[in-house]
Amino acid sequence: MEIFIQQLTNGLAVGGIYALIALGYTMVYGVLKLINFAHGDLFALGAYLGFTLLVSFGMGGAIGTGPALLVIAVMVMGMSALVGYLLERVAYRPLRKSDRLSAVVSALGASIFFQNAIMLIWGAQYHAYPAGIIPNITIQIAGQSVPLIRIFVLVCSVVVMLVLYLFINRTRMGMAIRASAIDQGAAKLMGIDVRRVISIVFMIGPALGGLAGVMVGIYYGQINFNMGQMYGLKAFTAAIIGGIGNIPGAMLGGLLLGLVEAFGAAYISLAWRDAITFAVLILILVVRPTGLLRERVAEKL
Amino acid sequence: MTAQQRKILAVIGIVIFFALPELGLGTYWIGVLNQVGIYAVLALSLNIILGHAGMFHMGHAAFFAVGAYATAILNTHYGVPIFATMPVAGFAAGLFALAVAAPIIHLRGDYLLMVTIGIVEIVRIALINDIFGLTGGANGIVGIQRPVLFGLRLTRPWQFFYLIWGFVAVSMFLFRWLEHSRFGRALKFIREDVVAAEGMGINTARCKLSAFVIGAVWAGFTGTIFATQMRTISPGSFSYWESVVLFMIVILGGRGSQRGVLVGSFLVIGLPELFRGLQSGRMLIFGAALVVMMIFRPQGLFPAPRRHYNLPEPYRDRYL
Repeated sequence: MEIFIQQLTNGLAVGGIYALIALGYTMVYGVLKLINFAHGDLFALGAYLGFTLLVSFGMGGAIGTGPALLVIAVMVMGMSALVGYLLERVAYRPLRKSDRLSAVVSALGASIFFQNAIMLIWGAQYHAYPAGIIPNITIQIAGQSVPLIRIFVLVCSVVVMLVLYLFINRTRMGMAIRASAIDQGAAKLMGIDVRRVISIVFMIGPALGGLAGVMVGIYYGQINFNMGQMYGLKAFTAAIIGGIGNIPGAMLGGLLLGLVEAFGAAYISLAWRDAITFAVLILILVVRPTGLLRERVAEKL
Repeated sequence: MTAQQRKILAVIGIVIFFALPELGLGTYWIGVLNQVGIYAVLALSLNIILGHAGMFHMGHAAFFAVGAYATAILNTHYGVPIFATMPVAGFAAGLFALAVAAPIIHLRGDYLLMVTIGIVEIVRIALINDIFGLTGGANGIVGIQRPVLFGLRLTRPWQFFYLIWGFVAVSMFLFRWLEHSRFGRALKFIREDVVAAEGMGINTARCKLSAFVIGAVWAGFTGTIFATQMRTISPGSFSYWESVVLFMIVILGGRGSQRGVLVGSFLVIGLPELFRGLQSGRMLIFGAALVVMMIFRPQGLFPAPRRHYNLPEPYRDRYL
């Protein structure tokens, strides 16, 4: 029971992070039908930007830890959004009319570029996030002591997802995004500026990814320049589980994957944890390519 | 320049290239050329899958790893001579490819890419976790023997130069033949239009799978050469990045073009050696190059020339 509760909360916290990254994949896929390979690296960039801001400004000071963390999170999200916007302008927009695979290669190139840029700027070694940002205390849940940081990470991701959900479903821009995802041509005819929608999506996705990067830094305490590749692949798996292109699906898929990984590591094997995730990816694509909720990805033969 | 002159120049170039160790090229540079050669064969074998059949496969390092480990295990545990392990290495890699590719072969391009990345990661994790107690975990396998060819034990870099580049030459010759065979033409057809190919009676799933297996077998053979040249192999040599580099060589050089792939190998592996200062930033530059290339020249630096058919006079106007 103890292991169960610990892994359940751990899985949900990590799953929340996966879900945030997966949202970036799924939203871009929704409007562009493109897998943004560089998304994982934008997430890593967010983690490093957060690291630099935390180290240079320090925590607390005049405004206290909570507000300071909030300010830093917003700054990272803003910068990640800007990078995402530039990425779309430079690497994807010129390829809107060429075939899908050119865009895929371009995305791959951008991913390699970002990963190596991070390595050249911050170095190839691990960086430790400042300790004690979230007080190192535990709280009692079902008779078990659970670290506060887990609850914090989970609550953060759920709140952000809730805000995104409301934005997508209750605002005009959200409606435009949904419309562009269903049928770009029709959306254009109805007067929606699809180009702007795409830009917005490329800002929201990386912003969420950047936030997830900061959360990973706080949760695990250390970051590495090639973390984007592993998390990117896992978040992509999460998006596939939920049905890529489907926003609630990405949230569900992220949480599910987090749980699968946590329980897999606890009850099967820690050393094979990542392999389990990729096996899930392959299994889902082979058995149920539509994911749990939608979108068909395999060609009919 | 006429075709004749170009042919003569090419022959002279090849002769000079193969005479390089005799012309006093330093050991260091021969080592670089050997590395280029290994990547060239791997990229040529990937070219069948990615270039000819048009399948976005980024897990080629996995097949390479299977071949290299097959050789290393057979040689160090059972004392099998290196060249005797080569067919086994190719067979093992091909069988592995058959097993993993069969269920995923129908996936659309970008999804195939993601899944093959997953496969290469699973293989790497399996190697690190010392699967079957044979792979030696994160440290890999040490003490692989040198190969013996016609009673001569190959140890010096220049000897490996001839082994590797001889293998490159043989591979190019065989792959050229494959490219122009019925099977090779079927692959190109699939790349251009799957539905039309299917309509013409080509068993597309089987052709794609065959391309995968052929590419994998060749990567397995290359694994043997790599293992015996290095004498030590570890999971680090078969990471995701190796696959990325190979993928990049084929895309930058020109999908489906042997010349392009060869130039790509020199460019991606050899060129950074000339500018040592660029070494750490080379992937940054190549990453940016991929983006730029897709925007301005998606077919690669040296795309495959269109094949010309010498039809008899009366048909020429009608069909060309």
